[in-house]
Amino acid sequence: MKVNRSIEEINAKIKKGKAVVLTAEAVIDLVEQKGSIEAAASVDVVTTGTFGPMCSSGVFLNVGHSSPRIKLTEAYLNGVPAYAGIAAVDLYLGATALPAADPANRNYPGEFLYGGGHVIEDLVSGKEVRFEGFSYGTDCYPRRKVDTIIRLDEINEATLFNPRNAYQNYNVAVNRGEKTIYTYMGVLKPNLGNAYYSTAGQLSPLFNDPYLKTIGLGTRIFLGGGIGYVAWHGTQHNPSAARTDKGIPRDPAGTLALIGDLKQMNARWLRGLSFLGYGATLQVGLGIPIPILNEEIMQYCAVRDDDIIAPVTDYYKDYPNLEDGNLGYVSYAELKSGLINLEGGKIPTASLSSYAGAREIAITLKEWIESGRFLLTEPSTKLPSAEADIVLKSMPQRDPEKREDD
Amino acid sequence: MVKQKIVLRFPPNIVEQPIIYMMIKDFDLMVNILRADINPRKEGRLMMEVSGENADYQRAMAWLKEQGLIITNLEQQIIWREDRCTHCGACTVICPTGALHFERPSMNVQFDQDKCIVCELCLRACPARAMETPIDNALFR
Repeated sequence: MKVNRSIEEINAKIKKGKAVVLTAEAVIDLVEQKGSIEAAASVDVVTTGTFGPMCSSGVFLNVGHSSPRIKLTEAYLNGVPAYAGIAAVDLYLGATALPAADPANRNYPGEFLYGGGHVIEDLVSGKEVRFEGFSYGTDCYPRRKVDTIIRLDEINEATLFNPRNAYQNYNVAVNRGEKTIYTYMGVLKPNLGNAYYSTAGQLSPLFNDPYLKTIGLGTRIFLGGGIGYVAWHGTQHNPSAARTDKGIPRDPAGTLALIGDLKQMNARWLRGLSFLGYGATLQVGLGIPIPILNEEIMQYCAVRDDDIIAPVTDYYKDYPNLEDGNLGYVSYAELKSGLINLEGGKIPTASLSSYAGAREIAITLKEWIESGRFLLTEPSTKLPSAEADIVLKSMPQRDPEKREDD
Repeated sequence: MVKQKIVLRFPPNIVEQPIIYMMIKDFDLMVNILRADINPRKEGRLMMEVSGENADYQRAMAWLKEQGLIITNLEQQIIWREDRCTHCGACTVICPTGALHFERPSMNVQFDQDKCIVCELCLRACPARAMETPIDNALFR
């Protein structure tokens, strides 16, 4: 490598207010004009961002002890159930949780106007949230029922912990059937009437570090408008997915588990969402800084929408039935143009992930670093990458009456 | 000449009268109906584009009011709550007229009220529920 720079050196420049920071969008032209070596010599950090619907998000809460004490077995926030099987007043509220009274898809397609993601948005907005809890009563935790109002600033901890965020690439959803379908990838019109995609493409964190050479355990990030950290690789992490010759995964691949203090985040970047006919979830804003350690990392950060392709997947039959295969690949440049060519026709496209939001996050993170308030961290260990040979597993289908370990 | 998109609300007692026929015949106006509904309370709602001579248009509107109809501008029927909008763009491929569209290359969502025909498809296709309609329209869903 011609350029070699350590995170320690970058942090020293950040502290002096002299670090050169560009967004993953702005850096593309620089590398094209000057080449990766000269660009790497002049840029210290590239910032990325993404702001999309992210199921597999949620928050650990400790709501404090009541008097007399209760050991919660059931808990509801504004009617939305939280998981209480952890400890007396520790809970986990998931983004997709729904109130028991929600009509769901009984009146198809259901609206799912209020779920776990909306509770998280209300909490982070500082709104009052009704808290109901139930128990069976013990000698040390005699109370059986609580019904009160809580606010984020009054509870002990609220730790956003998202087991799977920042998906590195994702399906482009279409509907080959003859009726409209309602999916987590939006409302899909019949006969390939429209297509939805859901990543920020060239701004998305894991497209800019496709082999996870800089992002690792403990990497400090922008999360929900506050500061968070990479906690682990995400669930369904599949870094061994097929790649293009530039190293970009062609299919959904790597993921990250993220953690951060909800109390210093804001509702601008944590939004409850309602997907018609599907359910509720949370839109999560996150941004990851990439330290430009050398020209190789710089070259990865120069990735552009033309270089990134995604599989077009049928959500009428193939996706629901876990069938392999796709209808071909399209680039993010085509997807963002508003039309893709597929099976001899043109299909209108739209996004579920906010590109404008992704850009704003990358710019915000750039400003944080330039102002010296955000230092980079050295990962404490690497996350599994392509060489880990991870194979994504599906659920085994066995006769429950015939256990092999009996 | 005027060209105006309006919403007429018919109270139950006149919902069966041929109001639009008379409006065309007596006031010489051109009418392009965008949408028409009757709700379970037997109230009618008619959205249309009306064009013609200004004097004729004014006389027609006065006559419609005399008949007991309530007239509002179409622009007030769908409201884009920009503070709720995350600019994801999910609406842009659902909106049939391009009223909701991406501004490229910024990829910001824009709402062009002139193109809106109040089909209301955006209301539920927006995951952030940033599109709203006045509460009295709920009776027509």
